[in-house]
Amino acid sequence: MRGELYIKRDMPFDLYEINILEASDNDLIKISEEMGLALNLEEMKAIKAYFSHKGRNPSDVELQTIGQTWSEHCYHKTFKGIIILPDGREIKSLFKTFIARATYELNKPWCISVFEDNAGIIRFERDYGIAVKVETHNHPSSIEPFGGAATGIGGVIRDILGVWADPIACMDVLGFGPLDYDYSRLPSGIKHPKYIFRGVIAGIGHYGNNMGIPIVNGAIYFDESYVGNVVVYCGCVGILPISKYVKKAKAGDHLVLAGDRTGRDGIHGVTFASLELTEKSEEVSRPAVQIANPIEEEKLRRAIIAVRDQELATSITDLGGGGLSSAVGETAYKFGCGAIVNLDKVPLKYTNIAPWEIYISESQERMLLTVPEHNLDRVIEIFRSEDVEATSIGRLTGDKVLRIYYRGHIVAEIDIPFLFSPPVAKRHARIVKPKLNEPHLEKPSDLTGDLLRILSSPNVASKESIVRTYDHEVKGNTVLKPFCGKNNGPSDAAVLKPLDDSWRGIVISCGLNPRYGKIDAYWMAASAIDEAIRNNVAVGGRRISLLDNFVWGNPEKPDRLGSLVKACMACYRFAKGFGTPFISGKDSLYNESPLGPVAPTLLITAIGIVPDTRRIVSMDLKEPGNLLYIVGQTYNELGGSEYYRLKGYLGRNVPKVRLREAKRNMRVIRRAIDRGLVRACHDISEGGLAVAAAEMSIAGGLGLEIWLKHVPYAAPIRREDYIMFSESNSRFLAEVPESSREEFETIAKGVRYALIGRVRKDELFIIYGLNDEPAITTDINELCNAWKRTFPWG
Amino acid sequence: MKRGEIRVCIIRVGGTNCDAETKRSFEDLGVKASIYHVNEIFRKRELLAEHQILVFPGGFSYGDYVRAGAILAKTIMARIGAEIKAFIDEGKPILGICNGFQVLVEAGLLPGLNGISQYPEAALATNVPSGYRCMWVYLRHENSGKCAFTWLIPRGAVLRMPVAHAEGRFVLPKEKDLFNRLIGNDQIVFRYCCENGEPAEGRFPANPNGSFYDIAGICNPDGTIFGLMPHPERAYYYWQLPDWTRMKNPPRYGDGKLIFESIIKYVMKKF
Repeated sequence: MRGELYIKRDMPFDLYEINILEASDNDLIKISEEMGLALNLEEMKAIKAYFSHKGRNPSDVELQTIGQTWSEHCYHKTFKGIIILPDGREIKSLFKTFIARATYELNKPWCISVFEDNAGIIRFERDYGIAVKVETHNHPSSIEPFGGAATGIGGVIRDILGVWADPIACMDVLGFGPLDYDYSRLPSGIKHPKYIFRGVIAGIGHYGNNMGIPIVNGAIYFDESYVGNVVVYCGCVGILPISKYVKKAKAGDHLVLAGDRTGRDGIHGVTFASLELTEKSEEVSRPAVQIANPIEEEKLRRAIIAVRDQELATSITDLGGGGLSSAVGETAYKFGCGAIVNLDKVPLKYTNIAPWEIYISESQERMLLTVPEHNLDRVIEIFRSEDVEATSIGRLTGDKVLRIYYRGHIVAEIDIPFLFSPPVAKRHARIVKPKLNEPHLEKPSDLTGDLLRILSSPNVASKESIVRTYDHEVKGNTVLKPFCGKNNGPSDAAVLKPLDDSWRGIVISCGLNPRYGKIDAYWMAASAIDEAIRNNVAVGGRRISLLDNFVWGNPEKPDRLGSLVKACMACYRFAKGFGTPFISGKDSLYNESPLGPVAPTLLITAIGIVPDTRRIVSMDLKEPGNLLYIVGQTYNELGGSEYYRLKGYLGRNVPKVRLREAKRNMRVIRRAIDRGLVRACHDISEGGLAVAAAEMSIAGGLGLEIWLKHVPYAAPIRREDYIMFSESNSRFLAEVPESSREEFETIAKGVRYALIGRVRKDELFIIYGLNDEPAITTDINELCNAWKRTFPWG
Repeated sequence: MKRGEIRVCIIRVGGTNCDAETKRSFEDLGVKASIYHVNEIFRKRELLAEHQILVFPGGFSYGDYVRAGAILAKTIMARIGAEIKAFIDEGKPILGICNGFQVLVEAGLLPGLNGISQYPEAALATNVPSGYRCMWVYLRHENSGKCAFTWLIPRGAVLRMPVAHAEGRFVLPKEKDLFNRLIGNDQIVFRYCCENGEPAEGRFPANPNGSFYDIAGICNPDGTIFGLMPHPERAYYYWQLPDWTRMKNPPRYGDGKLIFESIIKYVMKKF
């Protein structure tokens, strides 16, 4: 006769013992589900074995703590686990084999801290470092778009505070389903893309604006595969004196919890993020979405910077996924300590919260500092002076055991080493090549109309009415803003000048090509890397480092995992090849709904440097009579292109990246910008050459003429539409004054480039076809209207 | 008074977020600017008198709960109302930028037709079209020269600065004839306009928030208290301009500098 699974302990508060010792395999799975642990049988068995050895059952606090720590979200089991390929070969860890390997092999001296802490840190100048982090907040945003997106921004800002850096800019890259998606096709439990879109945009603006951190860079992408799973990437850049980057906690230090009070919001956020979304997600997981309070975080920021500057604390980390359980556990583990936590010291929003809930709640705007005894009063006083609550909730100990007390009773006692050695996940991968064909398109009859329609397509159209709901210039240091020129053209990258006494700048750009992911995850990843870097180079960036953020389907399904492996392979090859190390990254898996998985989506964020912000280049055409050059050659690569999408196809010829060519093209652009030869530069991406040229023309309010027959290609492309709309990587358009022609061409020697056009005095936009007849004839007004009508003001 | 002796008091509270760049703009002009948390001012009330210029910078004071700027306004008037009044009586200038403008209106300091009003006489209502917007606008200077914050700027001059707010639509109660008194007192300082200086006449985007009579900034009858929605501190250096990369020989400064320069020169002259 077995006993009950859950036994209430005789305590003056809610505490259950889980009868794991007598539990069958079925019971173990039941426990995992009922308690929302999202652990599999193997992991539950490991827990059973641990407690069998101890000869006792775990408490709910213990089991929940393990569940949080071992979740995909916190532990990244897939990236750290073993992957078995169809031929039997094993990949020990995707992360080490591909992502981190590129960084360690490149071994750049300016990488200060990579993959170790809450954010990657690189050197900026003198003692200053730049901290960068990008996170995803997809799952909560699909349940509660406003709160989910707002806390996404809030969370990534805390990651920056968690390395003692002062946040100076945010980024957001969003993926939604089509806004005109048919309501009747929406499965029950899934919210309409328009609702999600509005909520997410408002949430991001709410947090960034209120906290006074400019949102300077981003992208908005629409794809059918995001109907069931919204994609919300939130990034943050901070600056810190590297000498103040202190991480040296030791036994005896106080664990100081600072910020907002703890409530029931955000229970099981991480385990929720490690599951697929279902019809019931709304009901079951609503409490998993946290509540945002940006003003609290703004106060927290001021206090933390003061504590940092006075060097009063020995370490800091944020409370994000897993709440206290992650923050305390990771702090103790990192410094080889144990910890004692008194849960009744934790300030609560309301009473009657069970101890396990206090310990794993993901209430926002909280940070954990370790503070030596002799500094405790001063630290708490600094927080108090900013109207922020700070409390010592326990101490680090020397024995590598986590002990949690509540009202004088011990409610958990776990060995820290056990907590951080979950069973290694073993997963099978299968590489599936989708059966795709190149379409046979009729020769187009109305290329002007096609260009205007592509300009109006949601993925290309101006997002000005949305992006201007974010403050992108608070702090007054945004040198290149999201929009430039006369008519608010789309800047390739944002540039910040963070120090008053230096002209040195930070260049922030991104790359994202989910449609390529539907064809080939490898080239999708390669293209994202190329795009992020070339956006950076186009304004004058260099010494570039990268962040990788994967949004993928369920990795327990072999085909999803197979494409993930391919993407990681590309990450290694191209990061290494470009000499651009990864400094931080994150993965969000299990992005599946009844509508299926998301398109394999990799966001690459590129962080570059400009030695002198006065020499950067924007993308708007500057002066009539100037010459327009294309750098880089065009291939017949329209797979996944906007042009094929317009015609109703996906295609197969996905853009590839040829490293040697790409690096040479970028070197030419960088040199030409450095010598002051380039008045405007724009990267060629979605919509190809024609769209890039149109955007430059719109932005500058100046007409342009282009001769297609001069465009360099690798193998003859006899179709005008293909040359205009191919999305081959590593290409740039550059506006060069006649007087700099010779010097520019000297620099460009050795790469494929050509003089293809000239800036006009009037407002006409003409592309001459291969036979020298105008293939496209329009003007700036028409282009501008097409580009701006999709997302009108108001 | 010498430039170097001038002390600027910039007040902040939880949610204030434009204090650092405001301080930077003042200090670039050679005066000493300090940022104080209101709690510090409340503890040391005599602090205020040691300064010649008082600034309420942009942000979301106390989260802008209730109404934008309302809580900070009431807190200030309740805790250091007497000190504020003394400051004003001495003719010392008070500047409110964006959220600071909202604070000055909520505090009854602006428009200030009959001195300090116990209740707000005007409001900065939610934008029309609604929503937060961050964009550059043109402003026409309307004041004849008594406004201490713009007296160096010729009347009719067109300036360019960014706005970034959700509640900036200046409105007045119709029935009280306040508008004519504002005009009569020469209290209207900036109006939103088109690039060529023509009035925006309420049309978006030249008028970014639907503000009555395109009002972007007003001063009190004495010209010593000034509030504006646009951010001069974000238009201080040339590289903050949205199109500086188009300029072959960009100027060193943006139009925002004129405001800081005016205040400082006013104080140098007056004290």
